[in-house]
Amino acid sequence: MLLEANGIQKSYDGVKALTSVSLELRAGEVHALVGENGAGKSTLIKVLTGAVKPDGGEVRLHDQRIEHNNPAKAHELGISAIYQQPALFPDLSAAENIAIGNDGNKLWQRVNWQTRTAQATRMLQQIGARISPDALVSSLSMPEQQLVEIAKALAANASVLIMDEPTSSLGHEDTRNLLRIVRELRARGTGILYISHRLEELFEIADRVTVLRDGNNVGTHQMAGVTSRELIRMMVGRELETLYPKLEIKPGEVVLELRSVCCKQSRVKNVNLAIRSGEIVGLAGLVGSGRTQLADALFGLATISQGSVYIDGMPAEIRSPKDAVKAGLAYVPEDRRRHAVILEMPIRSNVTLASLDRLSKNGMLQKRAERDVAQEVTGRLQLKATSIETLAKNLSGGNQQKVALARWLITKPKVLILDEPTQGIDVHAKSEIYHLIGTLAETGMAILLISSEMSEILALSDRVAVMSKGELVGIFDRKDASPNEILRLALGQNDTRFRGRN
Amino acid sequence: MKLQLRRTWPALIALGALYIYLAFAVPKFYAADNLRDLALANVAVLLIATGMTLVIVLGQIDISVGAAFAICSIICGTFAKMGLPPILWPLVAVAAGGLLGATNGTLVSFVKAPSIVVTLATMVAWREALRWITNGAWIEGLPNTFQWFGLRQRTGEAVIVVSALLLFSFLWWTSRNLAAVRAIYATGSDAEAARLAGLPTKQVVLWVFVVMGVLTGIAALLNAVRFSDVPANSGVNLELKAIAAVVVGGTPITGGRGELVGTLIGVMLLGSIGPALIFLGVSPYWEKAIQGGIILTAVLVDAIGSWRGGRVEFA
Repeated sequence: MLLEANGIQKSYDGVKALTSVSLELRAGEVHALVGENGAGKSTLIKVLTGAVKPDGGEVRLHDQRIEHNNPAKAHELGISAIYQQPALFPDLSAAENIAIGNDGNKLWQRVNWQTRTAQATRMLQQIGARISPDALVSSLSMPEQQLVEIAKALAANASVLIMDEPTSSLGHEDTRNLLRIVRELRARGTGILYISHRLEELFEIADRVTVLRDGNNVGTHQMAGVTSRELIRMMVGRELETLYPKLEIKPGEVVLELRSVCCKQSRVKNVNLAIRSGEIVGLAGLVGSGRTQLADALFGLATISQGSVYIDGMPAEIRSPKDAVKAGLAYVPEDRRRHAVILEMPIRSNVTLASLDRLSKNGMLQKRAERDVAQEVTGRLQLKATSIETLAKNLSGGNQQKVALARWLITKPKVLILDEPTQGIDVHAKSEIYHLIGTLAETGMAILLISSEMSEILALSDRVAVMSKGELVGIFDRKDASPNEILRLALGQNDTRFRGRN
Repeated sequence: MKLQLRRTWPALIALGALYIYLAFAVPKFYAADNLRDLALANVAVLLIATGMTLVIVLGQIDISVGAAFAICSIICGTFAKMGLPPILWPLVAVAAGGLLGATNGTLVSFVKAPSIVVTLATMVAWREALRWITNGAWIEGLPNTFQWFGLRQRTGEAVIVVSALLLFSFLWWTSRNLAAVRAIYATGSDAEAARLAGLPTKQVVLWVFVVMGVLTGIAALLNAVRFSDVPANSGVNLELKAIAAVVVGGTPITGGRGELVGTLIGVMLLGSIGPALIFLGVSPYWEKAIQGGIILTAVLVDAIGSWRGGRVEFA
């Protein structure tokens, strides 16, 4: 057996994160690890990589017990991990990043730049990445950074590779490419522990699957022997009636209209789009197709160089997020962990942050009113926290996302822009967020939903708009939208080769 | 907002312990004269540290306050010498300090230069400009209305201390009730998130630096009228004293959090060390060393607190 975890236990401050979890990883196997957020996946990974000491149990590599595991030791033994957000040094080159930690203990020796570059080139070529070893990581796109991470793991001669949500920020094509690399690594005998919330992906790539729930292993199965419905049931412990509810809402007047909007700095070209009240328009496209850039331009984060935006039929001058909020727009950005909520602030201040004007009299904050509003909205969202004074940083990803949405629930915007609203959150929270989006539309909001998850787009949208290379290349009605057509347009028809660069 | 004194406890305990010890060891410390001198000597630091707390909560720093203090002192003295009635001096101090603060604020918020560099530059520029203009000469021969605002010394002292405490109380109350202050904390925590929430982060930065300048101006005036002449090089190391008091008071230097009350405690603790040593008969050379020890302890307590604060709420 390549890697074994036996009876791993771990508690944080008396809260059990893992209660006797066992797991086996064979060489040449892709082993999926699934579970809701808080099920214990991260803790298990941390135990395997030596970042966290378990309270009980043992980890065995090649049938040898690993004593006193720590990150450096795990690395040396060939256990590498790739996380959701690439953990690279942005100001160093790809080659330097690949070399760091793989140079052995030669900290005081002269750096041989030639071997370093040569090794990096070799590793990058092995995985078919077209990245210059001299490129600064900060100049690389997210998918490219992900590839550098993989090259780094290769350079470490990893026999065990742990991938934590590697595709959560990748578009369709980059995901295909990553899965291809995973298959190649598997063929070479690497054991891969693969964590993802995207179930379709797991069915495609994984040989076996282990489900964690509340810190317990609730079963390991052959991937071919289970259905996604069964998996979800195992993860949440009960049937989810419907993962994707779709409320039937009769759209009203046009609320937001874009007329040949161009944005020079982000190459968004000639976008025409109208969204009616109560309507959800899904915005599909590859990562880098200009979806986020369009949203940024709408919200005043980038300058609209040509064309105009109308809100309720009136031309709107939006030069900053402040203007945008005033005009009735709201934006929940993709990078939730960093900018959608303020981590150091309690839930209360977070949800009222965009409505301070409304909650104050003569500039003085009305604290009772603030508390009431926060209490009301968190209750409505079924936010799970001890109180509204809990700091946002202590919430799970799904609950943070609810806080971000709650902020705009209070301001009652006319237009809500959501960028990857369910990225990296678990099935259960996802379902709740979907319900919430439906409820928001029901109140008459016009919603622009950017998502890389095809099933999400198809299930929630009244219409699906597709972007490719900065242009809006097609709009489908709900009944006409098919994954194949959307993908064909998103890929730009004749351009199907791998593109790393955005 | 509940009173969040969690981070202020260590300083409060240290202050309490010091004062109780002094009560037993040297009761003379509590003589009215000494307490008055102690208060007077710390008025300027308190006002500047209060402004500095806001700047640090905002995630910025202002090391030009000592130099601004010197400029404001000189400007107040100059106007007083020209015969401006005392009632208008505060206006002059506010205007001068506000302008200097606005310069920093504009450079930091709109030119987007890092505040440590901007205020390092303005610190040097203002000190050198002052040296160039005054040639190091003090402002002497001020009218009798200058020292103690022309009042009797006891009354003047009371005016200084009471107005500083009133101003501090006002700012403290404001910091807990003004909606705009929430924007300072939000910007200091995550400027991009604050901007995405529609807050005018640039204006927030500008105004905090203006407030910092205004408080520096008032501090300079209240300090200058204690003497009959105005020196050209006052306020040396004032920025360091202010930053130290803020940090000791439990405001992390990384921004986003902090309490004005903590800063008051920080000022009292650091300011009491020197006089306490004199009363205890210890060499005053120990003052800086002990203050350094207190600052280090504050930083350590903060670091230990943040090691343990990383728990994720699962429920």
